[in-house]
Amino acid sequence: MSWILIVEQSLNGLQFGLMLFLLAAGLTLVFGIMDMINLAHGSLYMLGAFLASTFVALTGSFTAGVLLAIPATAVLGMLLEITVLRTLYARDHLSQVLATFALILILNEVVRLVWGSDAALPMPAALSGPVELLPGLQYPAYRLVIIGVGILVALLLFVLVTKTKVGMLVRAGASNREMALAMGVNIKLLFTLVFGAGAALCALAGALLAPLFAVQVGMGENILILAFVVIVIGGIGSIRGALVGAVLVGVVDTIGRAFLPLLFGLFFQPRVASAAGPAIASVAIYLLMAVVLYFRPKGLFPARG
Amino acid sequence: MKIRSAVAVATAAAACALALNANAADKVKIGFIATLSGPSGAIGADIRDAFQLAIKVNGGKLGGLPAEVLVGDDQFKPDVGRQLAEKYVKSERVNFLTGIVFSNIMLAAVPIAFENKTIYVSPNAAPSPLAGKQCNPYFFVASWPNDAYHEAAGQHASNRGYKSAYLIAPNYQAGKDSLAGFKRFYKGSVVAEVYTQLGQLDYAAEIAQVRAAKPDTLYIFLPGGMGINFIKQYVGAGMSSQVPLIVPGFGSDQDIIRPVGNAMLGLFDTAHWAMDLDNAANKRFVAAFEKEYKRLPTVFAAQGWDTAMLIGAAVRDTKGKIEDIEAVRKALRAAKFESVRGAFKFNRNQYPIQNYYLRVVAKDSQGRIVNKTIGTVFKDHGDAYVQDCAMK
Repeated sequence: MSWILIVEQSLNGLQFGLMLFLLAAGLTLVFGIMDMINLAHGSLYMLGAFLASTFVALTGSFTAGVLLAIPATAVLGMLLEITVLRTLYARDHLSQVLATFALILILNEVVRLVWGSDAALPMPAALSGPVELLPGLQYPAYRLVIIGVGILVALLLFVLVTKTKVGMLVRAGASNREMALAMGVNIKLLFTLVFGAGAALCALAGALLAPLFAVQVGMGENILILAFVVIVIGGIGSIRGALVGAVLVGVVDTIGRAFLPLLFGLFFQPRVASAAGPAIASVAIYLLMAVVLYFRPKGLFPARG
Repeated sequence: MKIRSAVAVATAAAACALALNANAADKVKIGFIATLSGPSGAIGADIRDAFQLAIKVNGGKLGGLPAEVLVGDDQFKPDVGRQLAEKYVKSERVNFLTGIVFSNIMLAAVPIAFENKTIYVSPNAAPSPLAGKQCNPYFFVASWPNDAYHEAAGQHASNRGYKSAYLIAPNYQAGKDSLAGFKRFYKGSVVAEVYTQLGQLDYAAEIAQVRAAKPDTLYIFLPGGMGINFIKQYVGAGMSSQVPLIVPGFGSDQDIIRPVGNAMLGLFDTAHWAMDLDNAANKRFVAAFEKEYKRLPTVFAAQGWDTAMLIGAAVRDTKGKIEDIEAVRKALRAAKFESVRGAFKFNRNQYPIQNYYLRVVAKDSQGRIVNKTIGTVFKDHGDAYVQDCAMK
């Protein structure tokens, strides 16, 4: 095992984490501010990817396609909020889970009707292939772009939430909804806007990841579970928590998959190691979540006091 | 008078029914269960579309009898598959049962067919237990044994002189079986056998390990979306030029080519069928499929078509006396149909003996990305379990 491999795997972990962050940021805001469990968040991610594939094919430009998919998904998300989800805020979490699970099934079949069961979104030619970061360290150019965009979005969100008036309202809503309402905040409009922003982040994640992942019906469900783990670790409603949680999950998952089997090989017989390594690696992030919740039951950065 | 005539009618009806049983049936009824919804729904749809197309091009008939196909979606759930089998076999009293995509669902459903002496013709799933000790007179496989593609891939890796191989599969039974199949015919050394999470999204960690291990070749069994993710990321990392990738035939078929695109070019895979196999039945099938559904067929579609043709041949050769189950079995075992894969015959465990081909993903004369046949890996290949089967 060389140091190059360790650096490369750390970059992989960071990249996977930042990608999860894009998804988790929207989810944590919706969950934290509206107290709404939205399982259909993954469906917006899917919609974003499918829309991006269509727009990229129409415009012939990857960047233009992605930039068009983001507002389109945001508008669809806001329409969804106004027509369906708004009626669910007053209900308990179980009703929300049931209703949004139904939305997953409906949106899956709608996408299948419109696009078919899968779509193509090829990697832009200029970014396909590796670049040499250090002598001997080859890293896929496209993954570097994802790292860059992830960091940029994290910075933007940080400024938006901490320095602007809208951000102040969002923070107020997350830490004490009733009080914000009592102070005359237009909570209806705020909720719709936050939901739209969440959908836009989903679309960005879906479109950016489409050249790496399969764009197919049901793609949102797998990644949604990871996003929930992230926001529970980070603390519900906190953007900072989502960022730290996402990077933690990304690094632990990647390092676990890469090095746990090797580590087990040092202590156990090869047969035991080859069976136990992947098994432990696949639950590593859930172990992480359990440990975090034991010491910090509200997550690392709880938004509510 | 009234009573007498009623009795007469009843007697006449009973006589008719008896006569029908002894003679030819007036139609052939088929229960078709497949996974048609969810992420894996496309495979079931391919099999169903080709199966129904085969009946359509024969004027709605199979072996001269009008065909009635009852289609059910097992929703990727073994219990739902079993309930459908129960309904089709016991209350609908179908003549044949077929369609199931996944081994785990089929293993839950087929006992119902076996107990009621209804023949099951598999258009896809062909797990090893039913090839060996638990082989069954009512079970026929019109596709290929579960291990076969992997065995052919192992043989191909040996033929190419690859001295070291790196193997990746999901951590579940079929994943382990697939790598065992590869190793059965691979003569070089296995650098590592890596089992990943089922449904894994990101393979950056695994790809980095492969790069560091520098094997001669990489074999992956990652069905569906996992394979699409892996191939996109592998090519994006510039690895496909450093360590050549081999996949089983269904891992680089039209349903994978569509979402991945140009990145697929140059990939090697092994399968029992290809679009360009040069025989009349295949040409007819490919043309009819493309015309009807405006897409190119996959191996799954080829299997669906062949299943219908095999059943049709059995109905034809029994002259429509499909109530005589032994006669139908005999006709099926003879397998007198024009398979799109070319030569086909049944082993004594009623699994196929057939050729397996090496294919490469390339552009055809119309610029479409397709699989091209470039060689034969196995000739008249059976399976490794037939010696455990007591059936003669």
